[in-house]
Amino acid sequence: MIDKTTIIVHSGDMDKLYSALIIGDGALSMGMESTLFFTFWGLERLKKDGLEKGPLSKMNMGGMGKRMINNRMKTANVASLEKLIQDYKELGGKIIACEMTMDIMGIKKEDLRQELIDEYGAIGTYIHEARESKINLFI
Amino acid sequence: MAEKEIKVDVTGQTCPGPLVEFRKALNKASKGDIVEITGNHPASKKEIPMAAEDMGLEVIDIQEKEGVWKIKIRK
Repeated sequence: MIDKTTIIVHSGDMDKLYSALIIGDGALSMGMESTLFFTFWGLERLKKDGLEKGPLSKMNMGGMGKRMINNRMKTANVASLEKLIQDYKELGGKIIACEMTMDIMGIKKEDLRQELIDEYGAIGTYIHEARESKINLFI
Repeated sequence: MAEKEIKVDVTGQTCPGPLVEFRKALNKASKGDIVEITGNHPASKKEIPMAAEDMGLEVIDIQEKEGVWKIKIRK
């Protein structure tokens, strides 16, 4: 086992994406490797201009709840998702896009921010990463 | 080559900013260099030394004055 954190990013909800990226950044900062496997609704967030588009998982209220939380996060000086993902890449974090999700949702590589994606893969790629990871999460 | 001291100021930044900036500074440092990080995020005062220990690095000094801490770590 090596020191690696692997996360399946299944949800496209804004708050859950925060969790995934903060954990990924934290793992890299503490000397671990990290892999994020984006699938289903999570993959929508890797579309061009898609990162900040997710609703709040609870109390979204047609976007009103999200706006409120965004304001509070700004006041608390919390970084944007864009900043978190740029830091993730700068610290050497790996991102895998799920090919099956691309087929199902009709997402093409050109629709995605390819500069963030290291690999396009399926379940085998995920298991390969996860079996050697000390921390495995599904978000 | 002489040891360098790399200074980072993360005052006002919250989770996970201080940890991330600490790690970026560490990546720029060579073995033997000292990274000095200043901030005021309470949890980071113990988590930056925690990260350093996890990576087998030496924590040289931790100081705090009026909520602002300064941590020195040798790579």
